[in-house]
Amino acid sequence: MKTSFALRTTALSAAALIALAGCAGTPAANSNPAPAGATVTMKDPWVKAIDEGMSAGFGTIRNTGGQDITITSVTSPASSDLELHETVANESGAMVMREKTGGFTIPAHGELHLEPGGSHIMLMDLAEPLKPGSTVNMSLEFSDGTSSETIAPVKDFAGANENYDGSEHEGMDHGEMDKDDSESESAHDH
Amino acid sequence: MPHVDAPAKQGPSRRGILFGGAAAGLGAIVALGIDSLSSAAAPAGGSEPLHGQAVIPFYGSHQAGITTEPQAHASYVALNLRDGLDHESLQRLLRLLSDDAARLTQGQAALADTEPELGTVPARLTVTFGFGPKLMELAGSSAGESQPLPEFKIDELEERWNDGDLLLHIASDDPLSVAHAQRMMLKDARRFASVKWVQSGFRRSRGSEASGTTMRNLFGQVDGTVNPVPGSEDFNSVVWNADGSTTMVIRRIRMNVDTWDELDRSGREFSVGRTLGNGAPTTGSKEHDEPDFEATNALGFTVIAAHAHIRRARSENTNERIFRRGYNYDEPPTGSEISNSGLIFVSYQKSVAEQYTPMQQRLSDLDALNQWTTPIGSAVFLIPQGCAEGGFIGETLFAA
Repeated sequence: MKTSFALRTTALSAAALIALAGCAGTPAANSNPAPAGATVTMKDPWVKAIDEGMSAGFGTIRNTGGQDITITSVTSPASSDLELHETVANESGAMVMREKTGGFTIPAHGELHLEPGGSHIMLMDLAEPLKPGSTVNMSLEFSDGTSSETIAPVKDFAGANENYDGSEHEGMDHGEMDKDDSESESAHDH
Repeated sequence: MPHVDAPAKQGPSRRGILFGGAAAGLGAIVALGIDSLSSAAAPAGGSEPLHGQAVIPFYGSHQAGITTEPQAHASYVALNLRDGLDHESLQRLLRLLSDDAARLTQGQAALADTEPELGTVPARLTVTFGFGPKLMELAGSSAGESQPLPEFKIDELEERWNDGDLLLHIASDDPLSVAHAQRMMLKDARRFASVKWVQSGFRRSRGSEASGTTMRNLFGQVDGTVNPVPGSEDFNSVVWNADGSTTMVIRRIRMNVDTWDELDRSGREFSVGRTLGNGAPTTGSKEHDEPDFEATNALGFTVIAAHAHIRRARSENTNERIFRRGYNYDEPPTGSEISNSGLIFVSYQKSVAEQYTPMQQRLSDLDALNQWTTPIGSAVFLIPQGCAEGGFIGETLFAA
């Protein structure tokens, strides 16, 4: 259902995508499958609010087409550095996040749930604070060179503080909710 | 490997309209089809009717929760906007809360809902937004009709129950659904606002009585007999402004059930002018009989006393009428009390100043019931018009 945030997914032609995103992907030439950008929708996307640093995007990616599709990357004006992450157990059994090499593959007529504690889209080096109630545009880029755009509302979220496998990422927990993390700079005494 | 699930549960795949009691004609109750979640929840072979999947539309020209046949449970949450909020951040807040309400009222989890399973039993959940003067001004509108009421001599207002910048009126036939919606929305509001007060109210449970039955308050009185009927032309003329908005007065009325206990049955009926049995005027036999204010008894006194509540509430001016939709409250007693009970009086009307205030002034000046009731909280909110899909409650204020 459509809600108060405009949620839409747009299929772009491979040519348009290359022009817009500078992507060098080559459309698949064999058997003329429907372009991934035309068969993939992102339902209920959202991004965790944060003042600076990094955040994560979630939602359910649906592949309504008859071919498996692979998301190779995500681009967004909100971040110059986005990664696809999965959560796996490390040697000691702890759940850690790491980049998903090769991207996310979504089977024909299947879904991929991106959720806190699981797979997600990582947004690093944020261009500006992600304020709750604002929106983030993201473009899912597919291995066939097409893409699909989505608009994700930004929401406060206390969780999604996963550990990372590797030292290059700090924890995401910059946004611990407390009274001082209000919209206002000044004190409030209601 | 990506985790792949079967297609997610959809919203209502088939929708049937249920009509019952006074709700007939409103077309407001929508229930899921038999193939919905409710079928899985029903006991095997059981015939117990389940109400959890009944849904009230969120989008529309008016906000839901006003003409809706009152749900069994209600929570009124008044928020104070934090200092420093501006026009832009206020819109973000209202978008977030409208989105939460749009989803939860339809039995869908909110975005980023940490307890999504709690969002799947709406049981006629509605969320109605009210705006106080500060919010109106921040949106760039005049405070207008959201200004506080004048003082009345009967008032013993406590600041902790007064006013507020943003009201969330959350109601459902299921108290767990109310609690979850409240928690979810307050999580989204936390950065923008703090909680000023919460008033929880109740009526009889759904299914205990035919829907449309006038509620009883904790004095045992039938409370709300004279009320415009939602959907009628009369209702529309009393409640709705041309732009789809209305105003809401919410007053916390403490009821002194201990001194009320000292009053015998005839005294109780005399104070109001209605019988306790079925709420009929003491000059009639049925609840909706028109009171005969001229009728006299053997001694020549009017049957309905000069200071009886129903006489004082009525005005010659038919414009001075309101739509009541209140709830009972019954909180834990403190000290030596055994009861902390009362009424969350809620009325809707186009104009507070023209419709509500003159009536309240008359009741403040003289009303037998004042002996046992005390207003301890008071707030007024503008209830903006509803919104369409893709919009948010209050959007027209910002467009102006």
